[in-house]
Amino acid sequence: MNPLLVVIVVVFALAALLTIVRIVMGPSILDRAVASDVLLTEVVCVLGAEMAINGHTRSLPVLLIIAAIGVFGSITVARFVAVKESRTP
Amino acid sequence: MTLDQIIDLTSLVLILLGAVLCLIAAIGLLRLRDVPARLHAATKPQVLGLILICIAVSLSLREWHVVAFLAVVVIVQFATAPLSAHMVGRQAYRNGRLDTENLVVDELGQAGQNEAPRR
Repeated sequence: MNPLLVVIVVVFALAALLTIVRIVMGPSILDRAVASDVLLTEVVCVLGAEMAINGHTRSLPVLLIIAAIGVFGSITVARFVAVKESRTP
Repeated sequence: MTLDQIIDLTSLVLILLGAVLCLIAAIGLLRLRDVPARLHAATKPQVLGLILICIAVSLSLREWHVVAFLAVVVIVQFATAPLSAHMVGRQAYRNGRLDTENLVVDELGQAGQNEAPRR
């Protein structure tokens, strides 16, 4: 197995793990929204990387859909965040 | 080493760069202090990382219809990534999730009272 592949998998796994730590810890819901956005981006990157490594095109529509509607998650969270949540920082 | 092998290796290196960008964003999420600073770290892999991965996929598959599809993906991501960053950043300012002591200039506060943080 190509050692570069092992490095890629380890780096992706570490990035996802650190992002999940921020989602769990996040002091406010906005931090969690930002971290969830990063996690979604990492999912897109992993799908693309898997496609490039294994040489197929089956995940292409998934990339397009996530790029198009993945934004609505954090927009909705940001729109309906309660203002009083900031009083206990 | 043939040309095909060189292109495949380039593709792997680009994927590694994209993965490293994701890791940098995750470290930035953990290390930076307030929401806008974390937003700054978070938006790097959303655009640059996705471009690197898309170039890697194009190099690996070497077909024109894949390149056309990926161009659409990147353009859509360009259009939607600033939307969420703008909404989250504005809501963070209004909610006071901002380290105001380290701001050099507070343009939203100067611009008008209707954008000032609610108490």
